[in-house]
Amino acid sequence: MNRKFVFYLFGRIGQTVGALLLLPMFVALIYGESIPFVSFLGTSLGAIGLGAIITRLCKTSNNVIYAKEGFAIVALAWLGTSAFGALPFWISGEIPSYIDAFFETVSGFTTTGASILTNVEALSKSMLFWRSFTHWIGGMGVLVFVMAIASNITDRSIHIMRAEMPGHVVGKLVPRAKDTAKILYLIYIVMTVAEIILLIAVGMPVFDSILHGFGTAGTGGFGIKADSIGGYSSYCQIVIAVFMLLFGVNFNIYYLLIIGKLRTLFKSTELWAYLGIAAASVAVIANNIYSIYENAADSLRHSLFQVSSIMTTTGFSTADFDLWPGLSKGILIVLMCIGACSGSTAGGIKISRIVILFKLIAREIKRLIHPRSVSSVKFEDKPLDDQTLNSVATYIAIYLFCLVTVFLIVCREPFGFETNFSAVIATFNNIGPGFGRVGATGSFAAYSDLSKLVFSGAMLLGRLEIFPLIIALSPSTWKKTR
Amino acid sequence: MRIIVVGCGKIGISILSSLVGEGNDVVAIDAAPKVIEEISNIYDVMCVCGSGTDCETLAEAGADKAELFVAVTGSDEFNMLSCFLAARMGAKHTIARIRNPEYNDKSLGFLRQHLGLTVSINPEWMAAKELYDILKIPAAASIETFSRGNIEMVGLVLKEDSPLNGISLIELRKQYKANFLICAVQRDAKVYIPDGNFVLQAGDKIGFTAPPNEIPKLLKMLGLAKKSARNVMLLGASRISYYLAKRLIAGGNTVKIIDKDIERCREFSEQLPEAVIICGDGAEQELLLEEGIDSMDAFIALTGMDELNILISKFAQTQNVPKVVAKVNRNELGDMAQKLGLDSIVSPKKIVSNVLARYARALENSVGSNIETLYKLMDGSVEALEFNVNADFKGANIPLRDLSLKPNTLIAGIIRGRKANIPSGNDVIMPGDRVVVIVSGQKFLDLSDILV
Repeated sequence: MNRKFVFYLFGRIGQTVGALLLLPMFVALIYGESIPFVSFLGTSLGAIGLGAIITRLCKTSNNVIYAKEGFAIVALAWLGTSAFGALPFWISGEIPSYIDAFFETVSGFTTTGASILTNVEALSKSMLFWRSFTHWIGGMGVLVFVMAIASNITDRSIHIMRAEMPGHVVGKLVPRAKDTAKILYLIYIVMTVAEIILLIAVGMPVFDSILHGFGTAGTGGFGIKADSIGGYSSYCQIVIAVFMLLFGVNFNIYYLLIIGKLRTLFKSTELWAYLGIAAASVAVIANNIYSIYENAADSLRHSLFQVSSIMTTTGFSTADFDLWPGLSKGILIVLMCIGACSGSTAGGIKISRIVILFKLIAREIKRLIHPRSVSSVKFEDKPLDDQTLNSVATYIAIYLFCLVTVFLIVCREPFGFETNFSAVIATFNNIGPGFGRVGATGSFAAYSDLSKLVFSGAMLLGRLEIFPLIIALSPSTWKKTR
Repeated sequence: MRIIVVGCGKIGISILSSLVGEGNDVVAIDAAPKVIEEISNIYDVMCVCGSGTDCETLAEAGADKAELFVAVTGSDEFNMLSCFLAARMGAKHTIARIRNPEYNDKSLGFLRQHLGLTVSINPEWMAAKELYDILKIPAAASIETFSRGNIEMVGLVLKEDSPLNGISLIELRKQYKANFLICAVQRDAKVYIPDGNFVLQAGDKIGFTAPPNEIPKLLKMLGLAKKSARNVMLLGASRISYYLAKRLIAGGNTVKIIDKDIERCREFSEQLPEAVIICGDGAEQELLLEEGIDSMDAFIALTGMDELNILISKFAQTQNVPKVVAKVNRNELGDMAQKLGLDSIVSPKKIVSNVLARYARALENSVGSNIETLYKLMDGSVEALEFNVNADFKGANIPLRDLSLKPNTLIAGIIRGRKANIPSGNDVIMPGDRVVVIVSGQKFLDLSDILV
């Protein structure tokens, strides 16, 4: 274990987060909010200073890392940034309990969007900005950001990228990991800006547009109004719905689009499966809720918005879907688990894994019928080796195991099965709202501190796809001898 | 610069790592998923799993935009086809490894022309050439030729009894009034570009430049002259042995080749009727003694196993063979062999990756800089750059002693017209010259960069 390098990079991330905290500080300056200004400045200086000390202490010329260092760095970075990012909420007193602030920040960075706030509109503007900004940073990843801006940290940064980027397989777009990180962030920034401009164009206030842009880009879902997006015009709702769907697409596809490889785009199994599932869900739910809205346009709009919000694990809402019929709620909870494409900013199991899993099942059935048959599983026109198939199957198994564990810890809370179960699903898959008391209009405020910490852990597990955290927490990773 | 490497065997990986180290965007193609995964873990390259002769794979790797396309799989035909396809798709320069002697005769030019190959490389042939150069001047541990053969850099390891030990370079110059210059000294793991006050020690590996025709005279003055090898024993009937034996025989030497495999021996005896082919196990000391290893001028171990080559070479040294060379492909074993006292090591893998790095650098430099050619010396830690001197060079017509150069920089040769000079402090650089500069740890793009 190259501990020195792990901590060195941790220090670098501390400095980066410190620098990023200056942004909400300027927002506080613009809106003349003095207490938030001081808390952001203090936290920022603290993070930069601490980061500088750690980098100084752990400077090392040995930058050779392996997969486990990648996992450890990512896990440490996410825990550290969440712990630091929570400080402004707590220092300024706008969220009096540190555990609440931590939950809120983890929910932000992991792009979950679950909140402990009962009255969002009471927060100061700069705090709202920071809350949404954490979505934006967390969507593409803190470390990918550091990789994109820092000079060549290590030749083996692919390990870090693999650990931080969601999906069953992480490929580079261009030969260099640093350039890949840059391209990803460039696409990310351009799309975010495009959305913000469109939102302003259809009449949303500038501040709200920016924050909702961040929330959509990271597929996060922190709203800044009590009724989330419900109060904005239907044009705003449609813009956000479409962009949520766009951010749920694998970013590699956008790159292929930019370099003009349209054919690969049309051949992408994952993309078509994603759009197919989304379209089918929209149709079924729209039909199902027609009786409530008694208007085809409205039910279609609400259905589209909720499906794209839930499937991309964003968590914005235009309607209280808790009041919808059972069929719609059932579909939504399944969509929560499926999630969107790998290589996007969304959470969940990911479409690619689901598709592979179905093909695996088909192969197994075929093997039972023809015990001597030989067949390979193909995905995106490429045969998958047994190791990949194995890791997909294992991932689903460990995913269910973690889900059950979290549920068992949380289910002693006195809120009934629907609330508890949907809360676990909603945090573990980085959605945000669930059903019942944690529904579109509710919050996680009523849960005990222990449960909030468990939920925070669940969100991190979900965002980092379980393995990095488990590896970072297992003692054998940190042993001096390999 | 975008470079595609097809085939990630030993040579492929070596090429890959040196090209990435030079700052190129490298795409690796190999059909074996395991190999590809391993590479993606270690090197910052893009990996494409597939066949290098599959157009779709090539398109995915971006062959149409590649400046350099290198095919180094184990099969010559595969490499040729792969390069041919890439060239048709739009790759600007293509390099194929072509090893089979059948292709490496007159048909090579025809093949190259019609396949659109820019260069073909034959690591075994290159290694044989390097070995032949070493055998010409057995006192040298290594010889590197540059500037179109005008200047040679000779590598020497100073033995305990060398007359050069304890002498500073200024005194050396006074004692031996010869046209040579010590350019680089490797001591332990560090490489120095020495100035006049530098004092040599036993154990140093020095590299000096001199015009080729003066080197034998110089070595004689230093008391290091050994007669060039006439009787050579080669262990292992490999491709390198074949190319080397052919050259040696053409040069009038006697060659004895030992190999275990009777089939290989038969082939060799057909192809090289002048050589003595012995079928037997070279690891048997009795056999080597019987074949008169102790009366050989040179012994070269060329089997496929590094470890065997090193051990048998050590044995040859104990039998007082004046010149012993071992082929060692793995870098780490090469370092160990040098520590054991084998100063001459040849690694085809390293030779090829140097050639390619040089080629890539030259391509990159063909726009925007004045570097003519580039050579990596002393295991890549020192570079020799050759510049054209432009009319606006500020240091022109000033005696070298008055030029203030950047640290770790040295002017090792001035080529004027067809004559190469090893400069002293009184010489001047004139516009129109070509200048060879030795640098360590810096990147220069123009001759003016060497001035403070």
